[in-house]
Amino acid sequence: MLGRTANGLFWMYRYLERAENTSRLIETGQRIALTRSGLSDDEWRPVLQSAGVAVAYDGLHDTLTRDQAVDWMLRSSENGSSVMSTVSAARHNARQVRTALTEEVWEATNGAYMEVKSLLARKVSDRDLPEVLGKIRQRTALVRGATHGTMMRNDIYDFVRLGTFLERADNTARILDVKYYVLLPSAMSVGSSIDNVQWDSILSSVSARGGFRMAFGNAGGPRDIAEFLILDRRMPRSLAFCVGKILDNLGYLINDYGFRGESIEHAEALAENCVTTDIDAVFDVGLHEFLQDVLLRLGLLGQQIEIDYRFSE
Amino acid sequence: MSDQGHFDEMWGRADGVRGPYRDLNGWFEGEDPARLRAKQREAEELFRLTGITFNVYGRDEAEERLIPFDIIPRIMSGAEWRKLCRGIEQRVRAINQFLYDIYHRQEIIRAGRIPAEMIERNEAFLPQMCGVRPPGGIYTHIVGIDLVRTGEDQFYVLEDNARTPSGVSYMLENRETMLQMFPELFAQNRVRPVSNYPFELCRSLAACAPSATTGTPTVAVLTPGIFNSAYFEHAFLADQMGVELVEGHDLRIIDGRVAMRTTCGYQPIDVLYRRVDDDYLDPLNFRPDSQLGVPGIMDIYRAGGITIANAPGTGIADDKAIYSYMPDIVEFYTGERPLLENVPTWRCAEPDAFAYVREHLHELVVKEVHGSGGYGMLVGPTSTKKDIATFRKKFEARPSNYIAQPTLSLSTVPIFNRAGLTPRHVDLRPFVQVSPQGINITPGGLTRVALKKGSLVVNSSQGGGTKDTWVLED
Repeated sequence: MLGRTANGLFWMYRYLERAENTSRLIETGQRIALTRSGLSDDEWRPVLQSAGVAVAYDGLHDTLTRDQAVDWMLRSSENGSSVMSTVSAARHNARQVRTALTEEVWEATNGAYMEVKSLLARKVSDRDLPEVLGKIRQRTALVRGATHGTMMRNDIYDFVRLGTFLERADNTARILDVKYYVLLPSAMSVGSSIDNVQWDSILSSVSARGGFRMAFGNAGGPRDIAEFLILDRRMPRSLAFCVGKILDNLGYLINDYGFRGESIEHAEALAENCVTTDIDAVFDVGLHEFLQDVLLRLGLLGQQIEIDYRFSE
Repeated sequence: MSDQGHFDEMWGRADGVRGPYRDLNGWFEGEDPARLRAKQREAEELFRLTGITFNVYGRDEAEERLIPFDIIPRIMSGAEWRKLCRGIEQRVRAINQFLYDIYHRQEIIRAGRIPAEMIERNEAFLPQMCGVRPPGGIYTHIVGIDLVRTGEDQFYVLEDNARTPSGVSYMLENRETMLQMFPELFAQNRVRPVSNYPFELCRSLAACAPSATTGTPTVAVLTPGIFNSAYFEHAFLADQMGVELVEGHDLRIIDGRVAMRTTCGYQPIDVLYRRVDDDYLDPLNFRPDSQLGVPGIMDIYRAGGITIANAPGTGIADDKAIYSYMPDIVEFYTGERPLLENVPTWRCAEPDAFAYVREHLHELVVKEVHGSGGYGMLVGPTSTKKDIATFRKKFEARPSNYIAQPTLSLSTVPIFNRAGLTPRHVDLRPFVQVSPQGINITPGGLTRVALKKGSLVVNSSQGGGTKDTWVLED
């Protein structure tokens, strides 16, 4: 496979994952706005931060309003991580790596692009927002389903999965980091309704409310949330789960190609230092410091994958 | 259905349904027009979803357009097809011999059949190819011969596409679409399949591998990239052949071979089916500003390290000024009379021709010598006085830039629209593969149809559409 093709696949699935994560973050923000009376537009700041687009937003806007924040995350062409930008980029990459994709995957991607483009042709009203977000998530899920159901389990699939899980791990770490202070044991004020909303928003940002209830019942507290999203291997958006998949796919590539790059060492170090400890150790290091370390390692791992597999010259 | 002026391939000259269309006509008469209209829309959806689009030059680069597809197939009998094939084969053979000669001893010039300046001053002539023998002696691995029909037995070659003929993906996808939408038609008619094209192309290209090849030849398709108007086709062909689709920056010269950067390191390529023009192929040998090619690939080519398909410099054979010499070329190299006719052509560089053409602009088709895609041409009979006056200025300023041809009474094939079956003018581009093992012509080709009533311009960039093209088993 061409290095450029590996690059295209890796980023195609990063973009798709990002589009999905961004739409989920908007949904969470909207949910909080609707369930809390007198909420100020400032509540959208952590949402922008979680999506990693707050700095760019501030560069182009003087004020922060709900409307502007949603539009920035959903439609703005100046925001490379907006849903529209990422879905377009995913489709652009899909065209570029068309020969590596099955017809089903290409058509699902192209279909997603066409629908998202028409859904986001104009500003989305409050009333339409839930439906639009729902359709975006359905479309990206369709691509994932087609990928899962029709793609060969070969090196192509490995790069698909590496992109997906690297992006997802990055996303989960960032969501946790933006709200890390509400999960600290020192900040624990059990039962306070503010914290409940905060915890709830963290969980729904990663579609984990149901999963968390399943694992911890209704008794789960902030420490459990941190443990669930960092260490629980059953949770498909936890750091442990994502890092496990990255290790698997790098391993398949090593078997397939018969050479071992440095990226596997980065991934092993990440697994060893970050996701095999117990949650108390994480709090001992400091949750924020721990997450910063994870984000840094994920960044380096991504760079090393690009070098090992000759994504570019 | 047809007026007396032109030949309709379904209805002849209004004398009843012609043989190849008999079953189709029976089927059509039993169909509900509303269902067919729904099918037509369905086809369009199908094309949009599969992404069979082309980018129109000079427009927003993000704009992708669909080429309209008409559901009524264009049908030829086996006998008609065999006759055409003999003519095409003869012509393609002559083109390859002509190219070899032009880049070696130039016997045809010595014999006085073509003036030397037609070659030497021609922009499509590549001095870098002189004395180079391409692997297998093949110059045009893939050719598209544009044909028009004017009567029961009368075909003309309109153009030889010997550089990088495009459109084959439409031939394949049009058939796929018809098979999906009207399976019953294929049960009634015995239509020869076209779906082997990519497989045969790959085999034909591999048969042209250079001497440096070890083991099974590695074939790749070189595309200018995602913004090229035919990118879809490049990706489609690479996909169907099961080979890599590469861009210039994936390639570099390593150990005397052209190699592609893979996830496991650089791997040599044996045969490169390039969809990049000569000028852009090698910044060291041609345009220095090209980002699309591979620096040094021409040197590797000359040393026998890679096969480039089609060979650089083949453009000299499909140049519109050379076209007018094609009957001589065919005769000179094959010693036979041409089986396929040329459209009579005035070379406006010649004073007599110029004098005639300037007086008859209103009844002629005038084309730029180096133009393509239907841009910059005049169709006299369908142009306004103002169009002609504007064109005349350009034409008289630089007559040598033009050739002129009589307006042929092109055949029509019905399209399906609101009025039912309505005749529209068509042309035909069969696709030919050439290798040392022989010449292979896929039964069918790309039928382009002018969707506007009376229009003779079938180019997709000018509002033309396409049809599935059937060759029947006898």
